[in-house]
Amino acid sequence: MYKIVTRKSLNPTVTQMEIEAPLVAKKAKPGQFIILRVDDEGERIPLTVAGTNPENGTVKIIFQIVGATTKKLDCKKEGEYITDFAGPLGVPTHTDGIKKVCIIGGGVGCAIAMPVAEEFHRLGAEVTSIIGFRNKDLLILEDEFNACSDRLTVMTDDGSYANKGNVTQPLKEYLEKGEKFDMIITIGPLIMMKFVVETAKPYNIPVTVSMNPIMIDGTGMCGGCRLSLNKDGKKVTKFACVDGPDFNGYEVDFDEAMSRGRMYAEYERHAYEKTCNLFKGADNNG
Amino acid sequence: MANMNPKKNPMPTQDAKVRAHNFNEVATGYSEETAIDEALRCLNCKNMPCVNGCPVNIHIPEFISKVKEGDFEGAYEIISKSSSLPAVCGRVCPQETQCESKCVRGIKGEPVGIGRLERFVADWHNAHADGKVTVPEQNGHKVAVVGSGPSGLTCAGDLAKKGYKVTVYEALHTAGGVLVYGIPEFRLPKAIVAKEVETLKAYNVDIEPNVIIGKTLTIDELFEMGYEAVFVGSGAGLPNFMGIPGESLKGVYSANEFLTRSNLMKAYKDEPETPIMKGGRVAVVGGGNVAMDAARTALRLGAETVYIVYRRSMEELPARKEEVEHAEEEGIVFKLLNNPVEILGYENPDDPRDPRNGFVTGMKCIKMELGEPDEKGRRRPVPVKDSEFVLDVDTVIMSIGTSPNPLIKDTTKGLEVNSHGGIIVNEDGLTSRDAVYAGGDAVTGAATVISAMGAGKVAAKAIDEYLSNK
Repeated sequence: MYKIVTRKSLNPTVTQMEIEAPLVAKKAKPGQFIILRVDDEGERIPLTVAGTNPENGTVKIIFQIVGATTKKLDCKKEGEYITDFAGPLGVPTHTDGIKKVCIIGGGVGCAIAMPVAEEFHRLGAEVTSIIGFRNKDLLILEDEFNACSDRLTVMTDDGSYANKGNVTQPLKEYLEKGEKFDMIITIGPLIMMKFVVETAKPYNIPVTVSMNPIMIDGTGMCGGCRLSLNKDGKKVTKFACVDGPDFNGYEVDFDEAMSRGRMYAEYERHAYEKTCNLFKGADNNG
Repeated sequence: MANMNPKKNPMPTQDAKVRAHNFNEVATGYSEETAIDEALRCLNCKNMPCVNGCPVNIHIPEFISKVKEGDFEGAYEIISKSSSLPAVCGRVCPQETQCESKCVRGIKGEPVGIGRLERFVADWHNAHADGKVTVPEQNGHKVAVVGSGPSGLTCAGDLAKKGYKVTVYEALHTAGGVLVYGIPEFRLPKAIVAKEVETLKAYNVDIEPNVIIGKTLTIDELFEMGYEAVFVGSGAGLPNFMGIPGESLKGVYSANEFLTRSNLMKAYKDEPETPIMKGGRVAVVGGGNVAMDAARTALRLGAETVYIVYRRSMEELPARKEEVEHAEEEGIVFKLLNNPVEILGYENPDDPRDPRNGFVTGMKCIKMELGEPDEKGRRRPVPVKDSEFVLDVDTVIMSIGTSPNPLIKDTTKGLEVNSHGGIIVNEDGLTSRDAVYAGGDAVTGAATVISAMGAGKVAAKAIDEYLSNK
């Protein structure tokens, strides 16, 4: 059992928790993920590590309530326990030789982008961050990004906070002005990452994308997290759990990944509604 | 007086029509009377050919003699000297190619039902014993075991019974490895695996779930923590795909994923939290035991038709004969001498947001014929020109083997692997690293539960010799 040491709502749909898991806290690096189960009948879900505190033995996770499992997790209180918490999994984000980096986060993807930005800042790289949200209410981690970025641009789709528009607009402006990033790292919705890649393409700047497909074991056994890369015109199958989650954005087949991500959409909607009904009484009381 | 009936006592089973729709165990097991009757068929040969056929050398005639006398607990004690998982082996071992293939009674009739007797004895023990064991005096040595599948549990059990302090590290949330994520409930009830694991715990074995060796801890760190030897039984690894178009469509699973969803994540239950595609028309590609498990699981989940698509003929089918027979009885359709060339998906040309887009609608296959034998002596399947046809299916399960998991190899300096990625070991299970032993699928690639147990046993013996002389 793994204790929830702290719990905080970052916005109405996004929650941050610190979980007691000393072995994971000691090892996890930016870009890696964990697999958790809330209770004994629960499904295994992957969540990217949003930070660690090796001294306290805690691992920070930030998640959006999108389905039944994240809803159940959200209902857990500080001091309560979850059944399973395993990691760190996946390959850490590659940082060698990168002196000037552009980090682009979208929505809850910013929770994963933030420790990556912090790591580059710690290593002395010049960090340009662009973070985007649907609206002001969904904004998270602005202060944290400010602290580790040389430049920060905040975007909202509806203009309810900071700049109106999506994250590719400031990226395009930087690139048009001739900024030469060693690497662009983007983490967020697949469609956003796809457009970041398209924006960067004419300028020949490498793009790393962080993939978050459906997973079960997360340790290189089931193959559910597979995705297709286009390597010199040849289709290659890779597994996000052991080969990723970071991949070369120019090689990823985003359309296929988006389609695969919707495999259980219908099922998940029913499960989510059922869970919400289950928690309705509790929500009203609390 | 020996029972000279040339036939084995048949194994009672659930009726095929009934069991095709439930996950209860197919075989229901011998009664005490049947077990004694079957035991009386054993001639108690002096040279014990059956024992040589057993990868863990169970003293077969000895335990059968106890069954003859009705001393079932005595029989269990003899088996458990050699095997840590008798209730498992009695169910999933391919006895027909091992112990029973050497049985003298098999020359003029059917061999003694050794596997059925082993299962009976283990079940009898589990139903009657109080679970108490005599824990041997601790010898002060610590050994770490990586993976709680058949090889790891066997190695842990053998060492614990010699007084070693053993910790088993498991990546998943439940102990058992392939016994819990791979082999379905109807062939090996999970309660039986749990019971065997409890027995090991009673022998003072610690089981640590949610620890991924190679990630959470490395092999080198295990030594720093005071373990004096490590056994790696990390299992087979990532599933293979064919490399044909359409394998990323929704509705295409690896057998590992399909079985893990159903077995480990309990998607076979009503309203599970982990989803799985149920019903419809299913094609399982491959002809091994895992393919049979996937096909029969799909049927029980409610599929209307389930095909086994295999490129050779029934004669070359690698699955156990008993599993193939059970599958046929249950109504699995064998499409032999067929090979998939493409998986077809739905695409609405007018609506890219149509929710049906990207789901499987069929599998294009080509007919095969058997040509000249290959280097292994198996006749090579060759495509028949212009014989393509489309099999009408909405789920495809690829069951064509696995490739080794890279996590341990990548984080353990000096650990040598072969060209397939399997860990290289000597006859004692010792790897290229001092005090690091390995066995099971991580060494051999996908094989059987009992060969993995055999490897765990060999390594336990070698570790004991190594640490006793250190």
